[in-house]
Amino acid sequence: MSGSRPTPCPPWEDAAHIAALCAIDPAGVGGVSLRAPHGAPRERWLDLLRQALPATAPLRRVPLHVTDERLLGGLDLAATLHTGRPVVARGILAEADGGVIVLSMAERLEAVAAARLGLALDRGEVVLERDGLARRLPTRFGLVALDEGIASEERPPPALLDRLAFHLDLSAVEPRDPLPSFHEPSAIETARGRVAAVTAGIETVEALCAAAEVLGIASLRAPLLALRVARACAALAGRASVADEDAATAARLVLAPRATVQPSLQESREPREADRRASAPEADAEEGSVTTPEALSDLLLEAAKAVLPAGLLAELRVSEGHRAREAGAGRAGERRSSGRRGRRTGVRKGVPGAEARLDVVETLRAAAPWQRLRRKESGGTAAVGWRRPGLQVRRDDFRVARFEQRRETTVIFAVDASGSTALQRLAEAKGAVEMLLAECYVRRDRVALLAFRGRTTELLLSPTRSLARAKRSLAALPGGGATPLAAGIEAAEQLAHAVKRKGGTPFVILLTDGRANVARDGTTGRSQAEADAVAAARVVRAAALGALVVDTSPRPQTAARELALHMGARYLPLPHASAAALCEAVQGVAGSPRARSGDAAIRSPRAAWSGRP
Amino acid sequence: MPAVFPFSALVGQDEMKLALLIAAVDPRIGGVLVFGDRGTGKSTAVRALAGLLPPMRVVAGCPYRCDPEDGDAQCEACRQSTPKEGQKCRLLPVPVVDLPLGATEDRVVGALDLERALTEGVKSFEPGLLARANRGFLYVDEVNLLEDHLVDLLLDVAASGENLVEREGLSIRHPARFVLIGSGNPEEGELRPQLLDRFGLSVEVTTPRELPVRVEVVRQREAFERDPAAFVTKWKRKDEALRRRIGTARGRLASVGVGDAALEQASRLCMRLGTDGLRGELVLVRAARAVAALDGDVAVTDAHLRKVAPAALRHRLRRNPLDESGSTTRVERAMAEVFGA
Repeated sequence: MSGSRPTPCPPWEDAAHIAALCAIDPAGVGGVSLRAPHGAPRERWLDLLRQALPATAPLRRVPLHVTDERLLGGLDLAATLHTGRPVVARGILAEADGGVIVLSMAERLEAVAAARLGLALDRGEVVLERDGLARRLPTRFGLVALDEGIASEERPPPALLDRLAFHLDLSAVEPRDPLPSFHEPSAIETARGRVAAVTAGIETVEALCAAAEVLGIASLRAPLLALRVARACAALAGRASVADEDAATAARLVLAPRATVQPSLQESREPREADRRASAPEADAEEGSVTTPEALSDLLLEAAKAVLPAGLLAELRVSEGHRAREAGAGRAGERRSSGRRGRRTGVRKGVPGAEARLDVVETLRAAAPWQRLRRKESGGTAAVGWRRPGLQVRRDDFRVARFEQRRETTVIFAVDASGSTALQRLAEAKGAVEMLLAECYVRRDRVALLAFRGRTTELLLSPTRSLARAKRSLAALPGGGATPLAAGIEAAEQLAHAVKRKGGTPFVILLTDGRANVARDGTTGRSQAEADAVAAARVVRAAALGALVVDTSPRPQTAARELALHMGARYLPLPHASAAALCEAVQGVAGSPRARSGDAAIRSPRAAWSGRP
Repeated sequence: MPAVFPFSALVGQDEMKLALLIAAVDPRIGGVLVFGDRGTGKSTAVRALAGLLPPMRVVAGCPYRCDPEDGDAQCEACRQSTPKEGQKCRLLPVPVVDLPLGATEDRVVGALDLERALTEGVKSFEPGLLARANRGFLYVDEVNLLEDHLVDLLLDVAASGENLVEREGLSIRHPARFVLIGSGNPEEGELRPQLLDRFGLSVEVTTPRELPVRVEVVRQREAFERDPAAFVTKWKRKDEALRRRIGTARGRLASVGVGDAALEQASRLCMRLGTDGLRGELVLVRAARAVAALDGDVAVTDAHLRKVAPAALRHRLRRNPLDESGSTTRVERAMAEVFGA
């Protein structure tokens, strides 16, 4: 779903219908990804959902930065201290049992957090192995992922979207539109009691699978979720089994937003053959439906197609896998670098404060063996028979956690894809980048990819560890056009700063022939362009960023070498950039920037030529 | 605990199922990695495996479930009390232990028992997940998202088969031999090469493309969710048969012959592929032997090797990490050359 392009907004009826269906079987349908900016329509929709849910059902809002301890559960400190035995504090996931979790800013959710939510959704329980506690806490909940993304690639993690039946986009709904509800809470209540008994015939299953296939939906969760939605629809309509119109609604609401290909008539014929083969023996007694699977399948497709705007599909295809690609350069660094709190290297005695976090469990462990003695002591001084309840923790017991923030290196490739870097040179540059990527892979670095040509700099890949993606973006990189070198350097420098802000260590690898011809303000002209490039290069040097300039010109040129000097970067001419030289060059990254990146400047003059055979 | 989807009701994904069965027959295979698309039943299959495993004999009361027969792999306490002194035995299910992503280190390796320390003032060791997984399976879903310090832990223990705990004044050493099973989606990130190497077999799962298969998957899943108990009962006999097959195969494993010809073929294949070290050959031959045992054959043949070669070798190729799908194809090409088309 896209927010950037004008998409026909799904009628409010659909949105209200989705709220009702979600309230009927929240855990069954997984939930809703609700794409809308903060505002009236979103709040109105959440109100609808709240009204549709039973009054007793929990509805928990969860902020993006929820800790594992709150999400999954852990040791209840107050109760543990009070009772003197470990007490479990249930996390939000377990507390939401039977209700709905509303997750804010889901488009910024990390894959790791999405995996935790996904596991709980899949399993219907939280497996708690924390703080000396081992519990299985059953929980069945639906999830509403609030997606405030603007760019089309800015969306919740695919692992999460896959598990949510509805992908609802309210970003085009005008706040002033009247937003009525279409279902009485009592009707929803009745449907909730009935949904488990609703049956679905084999032809419904077949038709939904066939429709999913024609729409190019790979995941098997999609037809499964559609089937559950169809059953909820039937329950809402008071039917005992799924009728064609229920299946059609499910196809429209669940399958259509997931479509990756535009179904054509010819394509829809093929699966019919498969249908026939598959459906032969099963003869389920089916009351609500008399249509053949083929006809039903077509019906579902029609229903799904009805809400598919033509131009949207090309954009939808972007969705999976390309999520990390962002439209503009400046936005890149916002993607968190996995929010790792560093590796715990142990605990030590100490008083907690701003710098050191109290490790509750370890503190308790330290205090525990002394309890009997301390009770005796305090019992001795106080009145006879009086025993202080709870646990006695003394200053000596305090343990604080030590963290080693492993600073991740993010290697930023800035590739000059202009015409002056002739096409076969670009191919070589790509080869060089691939070699470097392989090296980054071994060292578990993140990589980011920028390309500049014509008048623009494009962020092809914001920092990621998925090298498969990096390779794809690289392969798709076209060449030609002028050389906006200054803009390229500047974009790389900005991205490097964003990485730094997130606690990572950036390293810039600039692949260029150094011949700038587009100035910072977008005008052509060699002298101004070169002056601007030098200015941008100096900024890199001033920021003490680790950098490497790979000269892509056929014969080493002074332009790129001078640029490297201005950047305080190491210089490596590509003709000499054998695999070994490149690896050696990038090993400089491994050695130094993890600690400091500033020494790259010191290293450069001498090391500049060491790459030559 | 929620009902578990029966293994025999799983549709398709034959390579994954075979790899799990191989690990059930011969735990020394060293783990199974299941990597692939979302929603392909990766974790369903692993959890289903738990229901299939024949029970095992353990020393009664031993927190690590030591094998009364295997003196070398026993914990200190069991080793000191010899079987002659009337060590009691019990039959227990083989553990399939979940290592959830949010786990903390103390729960993984084990730590001072907080409850006993608080209430009784006794310093005792509370075994963690590694202890619980001893002689069974340790399952990490989304293994590529596991935090680094937990991965380090796993690497160490998986290699040595022993868990050393040095914390809170405790100094404990106990056996932790488990089959590591990991699953994940490569889109979320790659696995560390060291961890990759710990897995004996690596299978790739993809979403089934054929409509009848997809329909069948959805139907089975739907039937299970509507009435788990009835569904499990319906498949009980098939699961039972599979369990017997595993049991029989285990018994036969030692007697399955591995001739020089089979060994040579395995080596030839590994050489052709340029796999690092001898681990590839070792796993390949072991896995082929387990398949022979499962199939009721008396000796390992080319057919068995062919069946397991992709899973045993595809993650051992000195690979170009950027080459996404190449490794399976490379193994297949090499197989065609070595075994003939």
